[in-house]
Amino acid sequence: MKFSFAKPSALRSKGVLCMNKRNIDYIGRCNPRKFYKRVDDKLTTKQLALANNIAVPSLIGVVREQHEIESIPAMVASEDGFVIKPSKGSGGKGILVITKVEAGRYYKPNGQEVTPSDVYRHVSNVLSGLFSLGGNPDVAIVEGLIQFDPVFDGYSYEGVPDIRLIVYKGFPVMGMLRLSTAASDGKANLHQGAVGVGVDIGTGKGLHAVQFDEPINFHPDTNKKLTDIEVPHWDFLLHTASKAYEMSEMGYLGTDMVLDRVQGPLLLELNARPGLAIQIANNRGILPYLDNVDKLGNHNMTVDERVEYAKKHFCHSAQL
Amino acid sequence: MHSKKPFYILVALLFISGIATSVFRGIEHNVPFLPGKQVQSWGVEAKVRFQGTGEPAEVSFSLPNDPAFEILVENASSPGFGLSITDEPQNRRAIWSIRSANGQQDLYYKVTLIPTGSTTIKAQGIPEVTDTYIWPATEKLAAEQAIEEVWAKSATNLSFANQLNKAFNASERSQNIELLLSSNSPSKLFVRMLNSKGIPAQEVSALYLEDQRRRQQLTNFVEVYNDGEWHLFNPNDGTQGRPDNLLLWDRSGKSTLDVIGGINSQVNFSMLQDTRSALATSLDVMNNQGTLDFSLYQLPLEEQSLFKGILLIPIGVLMVVFLRVIVGLKTSGTFMPVLIALAFIQTTLLTGLVGFILIVACGLMIRSYLSQLNLLLISRISAVIIVVIGIIGLFTLLSYKFGLSEGLTITFFPMIILAWTIERMSILWEEEGPKEVVLQGGGSLFVATLAYLAMSAPWIQHWVFNFLGIHLVILAIVLLMGQYTGYRLLELRRFKPLAGE
Repeated sequence: MKFSFAKPSALRSKGVLCMNKRNIDYIGRCNPRKFYKRVDDKLTTKQLALANNIAVPSLIGVVREQHEIESIPAMVASEDGFVIKPSKGSGGKGILVITKVEAGRYYKPNGQEVTPSDVYRHVSNVLSGLFSLGGNPDVAIVEGLIQFDPVFDGYSYEGVPDIRLIVYKGFPVMGMLRLSTAASDGKANLHQGAVGVGVDIGTGKGLHAVQFDEPINFHPDTNKKLTDIEVPHWDFLLHTASKAYEMSEMGYLGTDMVLDRVQGPLLLELNARPGLAIQIANNRGILPYLDNVDKLGNHNMTVDERVEYAKKHFCHSAQL
Repeated sequence: MHSKKPFYILVALLFISGIATSVFRGIEHNVPFLPGKQVQSWGVEAKVRFQGTGEPAEVSFSLPNDPAFEILVENASSPGFGLSITDEPQNRRAIWSIRSANGQQDLYYKVTLIPTGSTTIKAQGIPEVTDTYIWPATEKLAAEQAIEEVWAKSATNLSFANQLNKAFNASERSQNIELLLSSNSPSKLFVRMLNSKGIPAQEVSALYLEDQRRRQQLTNFVEVYNDGEWHLFNPNDGTQGRPDNLLLWDRSGKSTLDVIGGINSQVNFSMLQDTRSALATSLDVMNNQGTLDFSLYQLPLEEQSLFKGILLIPIGVLMVVFLRVIVGLKTSGTFMPVLIALAFIQTTLLTGLVGFILIVACGLMIRSYLSQLNLLLISRISAVIIVVIGIIGLFTLLSYKFGLSEGLTITFFPMIILAWTIERMSILWEEEGPKEVVLQGGGSLFVATLAYLAMSAPWIQHWVFNFLGIHLVILAIVLLMGQYTGYRLLELRRFKPLAGE
């Protein structure tokens, strides 16, 4: 079972998009190279989002030079927690999450203490470009901690669940909720063992769930039934994702959002090369949706019209 | 979307020209398609002996001239004699000369020959029969009768010669022929009878090549002109055509050996068969002909060996492209496996794997100490590089002390690459745990091993260096794979749940 292979024709008839086709036909064709900075550089994304009235996690500060590192304790002194991430990082690499600040001592979500010198070293690594694509020098962003919406209690272990939407030419076509697990060490990266739950574009309800590319029904740590999940603020999330198209001008885009208890949906980051596991989480191929959008040709729809169209045509019950 | 036609035409052109140049090189220049192929060569030594009379002496000796054999090396040894080789196309001769020759003189001519496989002898223009032999009165009638008898039974020049040859060697020869043969040698008579019918023919002398034979003599053959080609007949035994081991020595129709100022001259031959590398042979031949022009063999040896390594990189790259695009394996650092594989070629696989794992393991331990020092990234990696050099030095010394000569090749690993590998592995260890380190490191080593196996295959090494066209083919394949939008092999497994059994 484990080493069996699917027939290519079966996958093709289900409209499953593969890596090579994604790279050539979608990313290569729809994402102009000159706009990559808007998504690859999280600081630029943040500034663009703010200019476009899209809510993002609060910015505590930016560290650009080695000598500024020592200003971090003062920067975060009044915060409950914070997140340090490389501006040009990829795949969730180099993100340091501190959930508790207590008298100059820092604690990770799992309770482990992080000394200030650990933090300095981490930021120094970020600035040297250890986590950035191609090892280029980078800047470190210090963000406010997200206080995640209790609606996901019991669905996520130690980490912030985030909502990934694939936006094709401005239409949200497929959605997925990513829930961290003990196996993923509180991170929401699927390849590290986070759970992916496919979400119905029409309603925001859970459809199907996977961990390590294998279908599951219950969260491995909390045993809650994953398909019972329903994402609140769904319309708002769809609108935000759809707006990111105008903002970034990327035709094939992954938007990552989180739900903050106070501020509501926040745009976390954009991704010009979103992965393909979302298809497994949804238990269906994405190609029919992409083809549907392509058939519209040169449309002139507003964000509202696009979201309405997506809800109508890309929901679970719609026939493509 | 723009048309892909020009792209496919480009790929097809690259492919065709790559294959065509390779095939051309293989067939036209005899570069063997497989490494280690052997060809047979013949070393023939002619020994000319004569008695000097104290007078100035000049020896003119004809040299082999046969399209079926290529002359690789020739030299003559003759102490005290002046030597010149005349290079007329039909009549190559060595001329030895000396002011005064006394007593027995030995002159040697040595030649190394390789078979070319082309046994036909092309004629240059239509030869003319200059002087027909005038038969002595006693033979005239017999000759005319014999000729007419055979002529009546033949249709063409060639069949005439054929029938004549048969008549010469029939078990019961006609009286006319018996009479003629009693005063003429068979080959001379053969030529004269052909000439009298206006058919160009001449005597040639040839040598049977047999391994380890000494004191061989030349044998007389007759070649008959027909339709742009010379055909060989042996009137002594009635055979037609040439055996494979026959070397035509003298086709001038003149004497093989002329000695002025000497008596009792004779020549005899000894020969030895030898096998040598087909590649080296074809290189020597190309070198002799001056057609080495578009070959890396013109470079100095040092650059050649450099290129032997460099030209393997396309193979490794092709391997990586295939494993990533078609199979879907992940490697840490796109082409790092190719560099590791290049190192493996120097160290051999097992030593290389052990060495790599040893260095990376030691490096990781030292790196974990460095990480506590809170160094900046650049200086940390620099420290790792220096430490890696130290580890390599230590291992080299240790293996030398213990007499493990394999360990000495460890120095071939690219150190900067190793340092970066250690750094990345160390970060991976901190962020995702040792399991991921083993997985990713193992994956890279796996790809490197496959690339090594491809790059170290002797016939691949032979092809990439001797048939440069193959690189155009690789380029075409890489370009084609760059257009592949189908499923990767591992994706078929990954998306299996979606196929809906």
